Amino acid sequence: MVENRPLTTFVTHLVLILGVLAIAFPVWITFVASTHNELRMNQSPLPLWPGEYFLTNMQQTLFGSGLSGTEQAPVWLMLLNSLAMALLISSGKIVISLLSAFAIVYFKFPFRMGFFWMIFITLMLPVEVRILPTFEVVANLGMLNSYWGLSIPLIASATATFMFRQVFLTVPDELLESARIDGAGPLRFFFDILLPLSRTNIAALFVILFIFGWNQYLWPLLITTDTSMTTIVMSIKQMLEAAEQSPQWNIIMTTALLAMIPPVFVVIAMQKLFVQGLTETDK
Amino acid sequence: MLKRVHFPTSLLPYLLVAPQIAITLVFFIWPASQAMYQSFLIEDAFGLGTEFVWFENFEVLMTDSHYLDSFQRTAVFSVLVAALSMGFALILAGFAQRVVRGAMFYRTLLIWPYAIAPVLAGALWVFMFNPTLGIFPYFLEIIGITWNHYLSGNQAMLLVILAAAWKQVAYNFLFYLAAMQSIPNSVIEAAAIDGAGPARRFWTIVFPLISPTTFFLLVINMVYAFFETFGIIHAVTQGGPGTSTTILVYKVFNDGFVGLDLGGSAAQSVVLMALVIVMTVVQFRFVERKVAY
Amino acid sequence: MADIQLKDLVKSYGPTEVLHHIEGDIQDGEFIVIVGPSGCGKSTLLRMVAGLESVTSGEIAIGGTRVNELEPSQRDIAMVFQNYALYPHMTVRQNMAYGLKIRKLPKADIDRRVEEAAEILEIKQYLDRKPRQLSGGQRQRVAMGRAIVRDPQVFLFDEPLSNLDAKLRVQMRLEIRKLQQRLGVTSIYVTHDQVEAMTLGDRLMVLNGGYVEQFGTPIELYDRPASMFVAGFIGSPAMNFLPVTLDAGTASLPSGHQVSVASGHSGTATLGMRPEHLTADPDGPIAINVDMLEQLGANTLIHGRLDGTEHAITASVPGHAHDGIGNTRRFSIAPDLTHLFDTDTGKRLDS
Repeated sequence: MVENRPLTTFVTHLVLILGVLAIAFPVWITFVASTHNELRMNQSPLPLWPGEYFLTNMQQTLFGSGLSGTEQAPVWLMLLNSLAMALLISSGKIVISLLSAFAIVYFKFPFRMGFFWMIFITLMLPVEVRILPTFEVVANLGMLNSYWGLSIPLIASATATFMFRQVFLTVPDELLESARIDGAGPLRFFFDILLPLSRTNIAALFVILFIFGWNQYLWPLLITTDTSMTTIVMSIKQMLEAAEQSPQWNIIMTTALLAMIPPVFVVIAMQKLFVQGLTETDK
Repeated sequence: MLKRVHFPTSLLPYLLVAPQIAITLVFFIWPASQAMYQSFLIEDAFGLGTEFVWFENFEVLMTDSHYLDSFQRTAVFSVLVAALSMGFALILAGFAQRVVRGAMFYRTLLIWPYAIAPVLAGALWVFMFNPTLGIFPYFLEIIGITWNHYLSGNQAMLLVILAAAWKQVAYNFLFYLAAMQSIPNSVIEAAAIDGAGPARRFWTIVFPLISPTTFFLLVINMVYAFFETFGIIHAVTQGGPGTSTTILVYKVFNDGFVGLDLGGSAAQSVVLMALVIVMTVVQFRFVERKVAY
Repeated sequence: MADIQLKDLVKSYGPTEVLHHIEGDIQDGEFIVIVGPSGCGKSTLLRMVAGLESVTSGEIAIGGTRVNELEPSQRDIAMVFQNYALYPHMTVRQNMAYGLKIRKLPKADIDRRVEEAAEILEIKQYLDRKPRQLSGGQRQRVAMGRAIVRDPQVFLFDEPLSNLDAKLRVQMRLEIRKLQQRLGVTSIYVTHDQVEAMTLGDRLMVLNGGYVEQFGTPIELYDRPASMFVAGFIGSPAMNFLPVTLDAGTASLPSGHQVSVASGHSGTATLGMRPEHLTADPDGPIAINVDMLEQLGANTLIHGRLDGTEHAITASVPGHAHDGIGNTRRFSIAPDLTHLFDTDTGKRLDS
């Protein structure tokens, strides 16, 4: 930077640290709540410093009865459901988008642009604006309360198709020509050349889509009525409702913590891929 | 758009696009046209028959003061969410890019809320602002403010705005930081030689140069506030008290799934789709302009 | 090994014809360079031979067999691209072996061929590296290696040296020539660089605007350019052109002086004289008002205007020349070194 005076440097770091604290505060409060017992969590003012019940709460939330007085699935099952949904959505989106982007970029066939626009339209129709009719379709297909119902309606993806199209367009034409002189057919070219070249793009997209899938809320809320299909993210809302009768904030906040750890971990552990994925899918 | 050389046409490309097209048809095109069709129908009070009424549902909608209020509320909500989270992100990014070493360290500490589901963000904030137990109402009471978002519509609105903006700061920060880091250092140094101090440089050089990013983020944040905040509203206020936090996307859900007003809900869906299409076109034109291909 | 015939070859994109009725017979083992300015259609022609562009009409035959309808991989050709087109995720060895693997050659055979090619090109020590770990020259060799291992009937080169720096380009040029002579494989080489064309080719095909201007050996092109385009394109510095009036073996220059030419034509024409063919002669008919001198060491270029006119003219004289700017210097030229062209069509006027 141009100036390098100690005071400006100090102010800069001060502002940033305050910003980080402000952003982290709600999560700190959540963490603190997960470390106290139920009794302490019903006394005002609530604690701002961790207590010693973290493991107890974890134990009860994950494997124990969870929130007492409700008929919920155990939290470990919810975590598994969420994981399955997130993986199905992200891998499904990646596979079908890779295939259609490949067709659109590397083949010239009748209705190519028609298909392209049909995929583009999905970009314009977020699930929130067509929930009722989509729900009906899924119900008619008998896909309620199933992993397929949770994932398949969400895996058509214009964004991912566009991103792979961009990636493929930057692959030099000469590679295709060279592969054709070498005698590689379309599928061979796809698997031998194109896929290995798009490896990091696929990984980056996977990070974004995993978070997208894990955080789905409205859709699972609508199509799962069976408690054994509950995902962890949607269970929070049910717990909040239960809290109006018997507030067990220690358990609710422990669940919330468990619900955010996997995606937050993915973001931090794969920060570089995450940033790449985010900036690529939105441009 | 296209490669200069293609594989010869065969059945293969059709097979390749088939899964995507099938899902798009079954779960996107068909439901969307259903919504369109239903928006022209009115179901009688007993749910026994339906009547095709052309645009009557829309006419009802446009004269329904609840709906118009909800429209206005959504506008206020999204503008405030966008302004708050973008403003906060801009300040943080402005300071972060001044840090020579450690900008990436601060980035790590600031981007993770992106990964938190909106409904969880809502749960966190509703806990902090719980009228009887929460940390914030406790401190607010000390300075003489009574907090109860179950009773005060304005306080409820403020709470959902804070929760929604909080989650979005990470995203905005990331894009602002990237935009600022892509400004060549020599431009900043030239301005410094011209005698501009840090604050002046920021407002006269950096801010104008990142205006494309600001515009892009504005559209993205509006879309986010319009649609993705459903979980926050659902967890924090359920549209209440009264209808004071019922934004459009919540109203579609509420009228359709709770109120079972299929025609009205479908008409609202169609209006929302039109809004998304407008926003997408704006966004797409912007992207086209930015990356020429 | 094979000969190549181009018969009445036409390429159109929609209604626009970009290559017009190209004819050419290429002998077995010949090194042909297609040269011309950018946009003249030379790459398109090469890509048609490769099978990467379709043929609108006419015929391409390799080794006597019509190949118009064959896939690139069935034509028994190998191609070296301008940007090398190496597969970035494969090692040098995998890059070279890929085509052979697809052809399902036995593993031992592939290994042997790759080793041999690597030996010839002196890239053995790089076989297990990825392309991005190599310098431009090394990548160039790998691209060549990939072509060699296939043991094709024809080598196709699409401006393979233009991404290299000047010094490396000269070195690789010699190596390509030596390699081709050693392997004896029929080759077609596309370039826009006339020096590269002159030094590499057994014969040159000069393309301009989709037409073949001339197809001949480098010396034929230099000594008897078929058109003003070829005359101006081949040779450096470029040939001088002056409008003249012909009458019984003499040409009247715009300056009023007379130059003897070996031609019986009369009327107006364009006179072409190479700068290196102008010899200093105090009594010579060509008077140049000197504007600028370019010292090249071995010789000196004298830039100026034909006395009393605005026609630019350049002469090349051996050795050093230090003064003379602003003066008038006189030159003469031997009649058999002059070239005459039809001013309207640009075609050579033969004596």
